[in-house]
Amino acid sequence: MAKVTINEELCKGCELCIRACPKKILVLSDTKLNSKGYHPCEITDMSACIACAACARTCPDVVIEIEK
Amino acid sequence: MAKKLMKGCEAIAEAAIRAGCKFFFGYPITPQNDIPEHMAARLPQIGGCFLQAESEVAAINMVYGAAGAGARVMTSSSSCGISLKMEGITFIAGAELPCVIVNMMRGGPGLGSIQASQGDYFQATKGGGHGDYHMIVLAPASVQEASDIMQRAFDLADIYRTPVMLLADGIIGQMMEPVEFHEQESKRELPEKLWATTGWTPDSCRKRAVVNSLYITNEELDTLNQRLQSRYREIQKNEVTVEEYNTENAEFILCAYGTIARICKSAITLLAGEGVKAGLIRPITLWPFPSDTVKKAAEQESVKALLTVEISSGQMLEDVRLAVNGRKETAFLGRPGSYLPSAEEIAQTVLRMRRMHS
Amino acid sequence: MTKVFQKTKLLTDEVMHYCPGCTHGIVHRLVAEAIDELGVQGKTVGVVPVGCAVFAYKYFNIDTQEAAHGRAPAVATGIKRVHPDNVVFTYQGDGDLASIGTAEIVQAAHRGEKITAIFVNNAIYGMTGGQMAPTTLVGQKTTTSPYGRDKDHCGSPIRMSEMLATIEGSAYIERVALNNNANIMKAKRAIKKAFETQIAKKGFSMIEVLSTCPTNWGKSPVEAMEWLEENMIPYYPLGVKKEV
Repeated sequence: MAKVTINEELCKGCELCIRACPKKILVLSDTKLNSKGYHPCEITDMSACIACAACARTCPDVVIEIEK
Repeated sequence: MAKKLMKGCEAIAEAAIRAGCKFFFGYPITPQNDIPEHMAARLPQIGGCFLQAESEVAAINMVYGAAGAGARVMTSSSSCGISLKMEGITFIAGAELPCVIVNMMRGGPGLGSIQASQGDYFQATKGGGHGDYHMIVLAPASVQEASDIMQRAFDLADIYRTPVMLLADGIIGQMMEPVEFHEQESKRELPEKLWATTGWTPDSCRKRAVVNSLYITNEELDTLNQRLQSRYREIQKNEVTVEEYNTENAEFILCAYGTIARICKSAITLLAGEGVKAGLIRPITLWPFPSDTVKKAAEQESVKALLTVEISSGQMLEDVRLAVNGRKETAFLGRPGSYLPSAEEIAQTVLRMRRMHS
Repeated sequence: MTKVFQKTKLLTDEVMHYCPGCTHGIVHRLVAEAIDELGVQGKTVGVVPVGCAVFAYKYFNIDTQEAAHGRAPAVATGIKRVHPDNVVFTYQGDGDLASIGTAEIVQAAHRGEKITAIFVNNAIYGMTGGQMAPTTLVGQKTTTSPYGRDKDHCGSPIRMSEMLATIEGSAYIERVALNNNANIMKAKRAIKKAFETQIAKKGFSMIEVLSTCPTNWGKSPVEAMEWLEENMIPYYPLGVKKEV
């Protein structure tokens, strides 16, 4: 059981986390826009997350927090 | 302490150490090599550090780092080397760091010569590097004065958080004169360096230190420049130093600094023998320039004209003219390095001026 | 639940100004975490460059000095000589370290200066708008090599790590990349090791980090990572270049 918290307001939508995720459960939001105008990244299936933190490690803006 | 016969450069270096300078970064260039050599010998003995940098550019940036880390630090060079240091000096001014820079001037432009010159007056007093800044410029006229002035140089740097330049011609650096090191206790209250980068944690009893000259927004840069300008006004108000010699009721006033000012004194003696009363204004701070002293002297009814004498082609002359502001004639006698006007030449010039004014 | 990953306290809350996908943010995090894990926050001083990382002093929760372009190793030398027990690092881009600041970095290594250089190599000038750097690959188009870098006209890209590894005073030199999770973790270990080398007073250390500049490369952040893998790593081989 893992928990991924994304600070959507600070996300710049670069998709590096999406590239890094081995479970392919990250996408850019279709519906949300943050105040800088980016579609932030969001998780599609929290139960599939293995808490490997690859997404957090590649995030240049350090907006992802992982708990297990 | 007994008087000791010392070269100007050595006396400056020793006086700096006695003023608390523990760090020196420099690069060899004639005619100032005795300063780094003295520092290389002495600083390790007192737990300080002398480092020969790869260039003047690196040396001044090491000074920036050391000053930013809270140290009393100094560098020295000569003309061509000072030009290389100018980038670092404007960064030091912009980051409001204290340090002392010695320029033992040689002939220029370009590689010039290794003979004495005063050709760097504009560079020193008008900023030198880019941007709206000044540094305090001190100009000693003897080995003793050069040594006495070092404590003040470091104190002024600390008090006003500004680079201070000791500007001397190569003669001051290379000649030997008796020198006595006076008690070097600082008499001025020095501010604590809470801005220095010494290592910080959230528990530190100061703010996180950032030594920086980048002020990217209009507002930030304006705030810095207003602060600097108000500090410069304070310096102009408080720190002008000048020697006046025989100026009261003089007919002619000589204006000169450094070595040539001493020759002017000999000229004044020669002129007295001819029945001409001449006096001398010798700025000790070139920036801030003693404009009021020059103005007041020039306003005396007795004064017919002023003669600025330089080992350059009329640089300080401009500051004298600004101060006199057309009230009296302001003549000039100078040689652009290599040769020095003699006392006789100066006296003859004044006598010629006198004939024209009679 | 336990935290598997959270932002280190060694980074401030300031929002980084970098473009989306710029790897400076990753390098900042790795440096900050290394300082945190070594427990040396209170004695670390960073020297930041001119270039895209010019505002890095806003992001590290440590004392910092901003250096003139290329002069960071000289500034770091001044700091280190005043406080030899401080941990002093420079953070420099390829224009800063491999072009205008070559004298300063070579001589810092030559003196065996006990500082650490974090060298971000993204093969281009970022802040000024994508001009050619000494590290720009042959054929790579930039705003000042619009027809692609021509080696007959301006030489071949410079390998700083290999060059500095030949210098006696260098104690630890490694080149790393940020193109995948494993390499990011390796980069972290390398940066930590470089700091440890400094703390052990062994000499000069530098970590060259192959990075991307999506904006000036004209690629998406993901495409830029692929380009780094396919083009930069073959020319700039990863690994330890010097260790004493």
